[in-house]
Amino acid sequence: MSEQDAAASAPQVVSSFLEQRKEQIAQRWADAALFRSVFTISRDEAVEACKAVVDALSEVAVSGQLENVSAPGFTDVRDQLGRMAATRTRAGSTPGQIADEVARLREPVVDLLREEFADPAGPQAHESALALTLLLGTLRLVVMETALDANAELIERQRQQLLEVATPVIKLWEGTVAVPLIGTLDSARSQVVMESLLEAIVDQRARYAILDITGVPTVDSLVAQHLMKTVAAARLMGAECIVSGIRPAIAQTIVQLGIDLGSVLTRASLADALAYALSRQGIEVSRADAGASAR
Amino acid sequence: MQRSGQASATSLPIGSDADLAWVRQHVRQCAAQLGFGLVQQTKLVTAASELARNTLVYGGGGRVEVTPLDNGRSRGLSMSFIDSGPGIRDLELAMTDGYTTGGGLGLGLSGARRLVHEFSVDTEPGRGTTVTAVAWVAQVPASRPGVR
Repeated sequence: MSEQDAAASAPQVVSSFLEQRKEQIAQRWADAALFRSVFTISRDEAVEACKAVVDALSEVAVSGQLENVSAPGFTDVRDQLGRMAATRTRAGSTPGQIADEVARLREPVVDLLREEFADPAGPQAHESALALTLLLGTLRLVVMETALDANAELIERQRQQLLEVATPVIKLWEGTVAVPLIGTLDSARSQVVMESLLEAIVDQRARYAILDITGVPTVDSLVAQHLMKTVAAARLMGAECIVSGIRPAIAQTIVQLGIDLGSVLTRASLADALAYALSRQGIEVSRADAGASAR
Repeated sequence: MQRSGQASATSLPIGSDADLAWVRQHVRQCAAQLGFGLVQQTKLVTAASELARNTLVYGGGGRVEVTPLDNGRSRGLSMSFIDSGPGIRDLELAMTDGYTTGGGLGLGLSGARRLVHEFSVDTEPGRGTTVTAVAWVAQVPASRPGVR
């Protein structure tokens, strides 16, 4: 019975301790690796950030939800912790290292807490230290969670960037545009390719569009279908489409797979495709002969 | 057939387009390690891509088991695509070039069969489908037994 009482009061003790010693804790934490490395410009800023975290911990302690990662008390500092974790990640820290840095916040506070008690080794001090340790363990989880969220967001953003970056439409000549395709041509990518190619055909008033698949490692039936659809759409816009960069291994695979690319004009290399497009427009490219270049 | 040396069978999940890319990459790596030539690697990866997409689109997702083989004379790669989806009602029709129920080119199953050496489909309506494809490293004809 008495043990339960002690356990119930320990969070209260921790909470009021955090409230009263906020300044001291913040001063100690501001020198810890986690805060120092994030708030490099001003120490005051680090202290302020520490205080915010102490406030949050105190609030969580009062609510008694020491082990609840989604305790409402953490809401206010979640953004800040996320930013800190993101900063550390960008600096090259692994999630494990960040967790370590959070873990190192524990010792200075627990030391301070023990000093509060007349008997630092007594049962009450022990109970409170245990509660505080639990609470800081939860803080560690919260930081990890926000770090992982930030990572997932980063990956999603990079995925979006990849969609845009990987499909530039290049003007090769007056009336001739080319798209060098690189990587896996899934449905989402091929949609982007088709859109940007059709737009370029209008903008550049292109008569010839070259789809170069040198950088596409695998051409299966879906990729082939995407290519054929793109070619058909370009044709509707009045442009002739040439697929170039079909490597020998891919050519053999396409044939065995049974894909009929007969309706698509193909060339082995981008240079061949360009030569074809130029000759069809009546443009001749010839080597300046020795006599003409001598002045 | 002797199939010893099943040392490192790997099972990969097929649940999204991202998984398909991972399956292709894994098959390419395995094939390269086993000594498949570039053309055969490309064929294997393409077959894997077709079958894995079938597993995803028609089987509602599943997994692939990739197993290196060694029958003593040659090395090979076995890929089993396993789903517990609706199964294939008419296998003969499904294996016909150009037949599709999903808006594709209808070349997934039939095309993949042409890209590998051994091909088997085990399906039962309502129970799921397992497609197994095996390819062997093409070898320079070895010296005939007895001739030294």
